[in-house]
Amino acid sequence: MAETNLELLTRSIFKRNPIALLVLGICSSLAVTGQMNTALVMSICVTLVTAFSSMTISIVRHQIPNSVRIGLQIIVAATLVILVDQLLKAYFFSLSKQLSIYVGLIITNCILMGRAEGFAMSNPPIPSFIDGIANGLGYGFILMTVAFVRELIGSGSLFGVEILPLTTNGGWYMRNGMLVLPASAFFLIAVIIWILRSIDSSQQEKE
Amino acid sequence: MTHYFDIVLRSIFLENLPLSFFLGMCTFIAISKHVKAAIGLGAAVLFIQVITVPINNLIYTYLLKAGALAWAGQPDLDLSFLGLLTYIAIIAAVVQILEMVIDRFLPALYNTLGIFLPLLTVNCAIFAGTLFMVERDYTFGESVAYGFGSGAGFFLAVVVLAGIRERLEYADPPAGLRGLGLTFVTVGLMAMAFMGLAGMEM
Repeated sequence: MAETNLELLTRSIFKRNPIALLVLGICSSLAVTGQMNTALVMSICVTLVTAFSSMTISIVRHQIPNSVRIGLQIIVAATLVILVDQLLKAYFFSLSKQLSIYVGLIITNCILMGRAEGFAMSNPPIPSFIDGIANGLGYGFILMTVAFVRELIGSGSLFGVEILPLTTNGGWYMRNGMLVLPASAFFLIAVIIWILRSIDSSQQEKE
Repeated sequence: MTHYFDIVLRSIFLENLPLSFFLGMCTFIAISKHVKAAIGLGAAVLFIQVITVPINNLIYTYLLKAGALAWAGQPDLDLSFLGLLTYIAIIAAVVQILEMVIDRFLPALYNTLGIFLPLLTVNCAIFAGTLFMVERDYTFGESVAYGFGSGAGFFLAVVVLAGIRERLEYADPPAGLRGLGLTFVTVGLMAMAFMGLAGMEM
């Protein structure tokens, strides 16, 4: 193994971020970033599901016939997502209502399939598990950054706690309605990509 | 009749899957560099939505919903927690069968859609169509209308984006923004434009 476990972990957060560089799993990253709460829960769910699905697939990778591997990967992912979904419904019902269908959509989150196909199929269980965690964290990093900006500027609060006193409550801060709109997440991600690619010019696309 | 028409229009314009719910983004962004490919992808999505949403609707109503198994003598059974697993399996199966059928009987269409078909199993837009259908408790007729509308909405969005991106080839953006970054900005602007339709009432 050329890379140590620590390198595996940090690599996916900045250098090979699944969202910014590999263009995977963008779907859910935009819709749940209006508030820090939902973004945090979503990041945790995706990290856990990716890590455990990568590990499971890596354990059985020698037994899987090549022709049905996609189907099997989806079934592993779907089973894990059902577990997460039922847990959320049992213990955090209001949050699971807010996330509505996006928890179910973790199954079709390309990060999961991408890592299963690209890493877990050819590596032993422990590095696969770490790779899954790292990619989940890389995803969470972007999600939390976007949610931080959107909630702070859009509603003047973080995790639902008021940071900037709003004019409607007698404070001085006039909320910026544009960042409440989901479309603003596109612009924020574009800016993050721009920054990441300006720092590391090897990620830039050629003309 | 107007009710079904309303569902179709609503799912094309007001609740456009990629532009209002941000679903199917991965394929939406990856395969929108050229209009021709985008048309192929859009057609494939439309095709599969029209088939999978109604099928999953039947499965939900007659097998999974609480009390749905009354016809089999099990009125207390509620299997809706198996939903996610079943829907995705159905979608994967339909995509696979469709691919074989098209390959066998319509080779010209297969050459156009070919590479996009297997990709669509993991397209969140397809899966979300089914999940929204379940969440909103559509009847069978409504689910056909919704499947068609949401597929057509995806078709419209991806073709428009590809058209814009083809033009953007000639632009000269900062190096870090080229490609992906600029596409995100474009999609953001398109999403805002679509939000302008939100006030529309049928």
